[in-house]
Amino acid sequence: MPNGAGIEVEGLVREFKNGPRAVDGIDLRVAPGEIYGFLGPNGAGKSTTVLMLTTLLPPTAGTARVGGFDIAGEGPSVRGAIGAALQEAALDPLLSGAEHMRLQTALHGLPKSERKARGEELLARVGLAQAAERKVGGYSGGMKRRLDLALALVHNPQILFLDEPTTGLDIQSRTALWDEVARLAAEDGVTVFLTTQYLEEADALADRVGIIDHGHIVAEGTPAELKAEIGRPTVEAVPREDADRERVATVLARFGERAEASRRKGASARLEGGESQLAEVVRALDAEGIAIEQLQLHAPSLDDVFLAKTGRSLEGAE
Amino acid sequence: MIGQVGEVARRSVQRTMRQPAQIVPSLVFPLFLLAVNSGGLQDATQLPGFPTDSYLTFALAVPFMQGALFSVMNAGTDMARDIETGFLNRLALTPLRGAALLGGLLAGAFVLGLVQAFTYLAVGLIAGAELATGVGGALVIIALSVTITVATGTFGLFAALRTGSGEAVQSLFPVFFVFLFISSMALPLDLIQTEWFHDIASLNPVSYLLQAFRSLLIEGWNLADLALGFAIAGAVLVIGMAAAATALKSRLVRT
Repeated sequence: MPNGAGIEVEGLVREFKNGPRAVDGIDLRVAPGEIYGFLGPNGAGKSTTVLMLTTLLPPTAGTARVGGFDIAGEGPSVRGAIGAALQEAALDPLLSGAEHMRLQTALHGLPKSERKARGEELLARVGLAQAAERKVGGYSGGMKRRLDLALALVHNPQILFLDEPTTGLDIQSRTALWDEVARLAAEDGVTVFLTTQYLEEADALADRVGIIDHGHIVAEGTPAELKAEIGRPTVEAVPREDADRERVATVLARFGERAEASRRKGASARLEGGESQLAEVVRALDAEGIAIEQLQLHAPSLDDVFLAKTGRSLEGAE
Repeated sequence: MIGQVGEVARRSVQRTMRQPAQIVPSLVFPLFLLAVNSGGLQDATQLPGFPTDSYLTFALAVPFMQGALFSVMNAGTDMARDIETGFLNRLALTPLRGAALLGGLLAGAFVLGLVQAFTYLAVGLIAGAELATGVGGALVIIALSVTITVATGTFGLFAALRTGSGEAVQSLFPVFFVFLFISSMALPLDLIQTEWFHDIASLNPVSYLLQAFRSLLIEGWNLADLALGFAIAGAVLVIGMAAAATALKSRLVRT
């Protein structure tokens, strides 16, 4: 069951002294209980947006309401409605997980009688019960992120902000965190605003995705809608001999514009005629006498959406 | 508010006690200098008008001041780390009040000040220093030492909040150290013959803090010296807290 109000943003701007507009007039709406993926490369304005929405940075212009409260005029009420795990797990390496929970539950004003139980419940929920008494300095990156998430939940927030929660984590830790975030939204009705630079994260978790680049939202919709906008699949061919890479690229170029290949040895093109052209591609490569080691057809991805909207690939974009 | 101060204080004390690198140098370094100075400058007690025949007793006031200088670094470095790691943002997202944060953070400096004061006094007395005011004087020495330690700690907090950098905090240490050297650290004010040095040392509040300790160690109960010492320590505390509170307000721009 979704909790309360979501997030409403209109014309939000943040301009730094002597710098560019980190966020340049964005509009967005996140419905209660929704997981909203905010996708973009480093420096796109994701974290600045989160800092503004969590009241830690005043906006230069524009308005936003979070949980029904104005971020500029009702900061304390906003903070009471939200939980946040910001970029880099902000933890004290000298304190244990349990000590972090004690501090956080006390500062959020939980009654003394409930603090210990709430801390233990959340640590167990994120799989840290066994490590509760260990100092955080000895935790792995995944454990720190899970503790960060648990700390953000102590006061049962309606809305959760997660700023690149899985950056630097191994795939196992990443999946565990995804599961917990999905569960929070599905079972507890928590609205989740998640920034990420990982396409698969937005794809796997988000109900809707906003793509931000240079402070502007360049695309917004469900992952399926965004990919459908692009429509065209890509074909990638890897020649058996490295020397044939350029020849492969030339052949593929007949079927559509070049695309970023996922493998260094490969070449890729966006098929103008869609999947049905695959047989023609195979025949063309065969006619050129190029031995192919691997041939793959990729459905459109969010990276393709980013490429189409910005002219750059999200992977490695700065 | 009191509960918030208590929780932040608890963390601050836990952090301090879990960092031997903060505690050990602040105990060893001042005591090492005390040993060297009291051994090498004993002949200074032969100067006419020197207040005691034990240079160790005279010099025992100095570690309390040196220990306070470590408090600048320790309190400031801890705060700078909280800023650098984002922990301050975590605290800012709770209903924590700024005053509670500062008060709580200084609890670590308070505990460190207590440990330092007990250690310096105990080691000094064991080594043969005199204490003219007895047990009551020992308690006042500890109280004054802790007040000074907490007061100087506020300047560490201020520097950290202004700059957000641990390196900037550490650069304060030599500045404060200079204040100690241009005071009556090595000789009583009235025995300093070099005019410019005497003038500077007379203007330096550190000289009067040292005199407050020395009055208890050497002379007996001198309320004027004590009142001046506590007044200076109190003024430093008030100024430092005000500066740190202003810097915290700028740092925490939460709406």
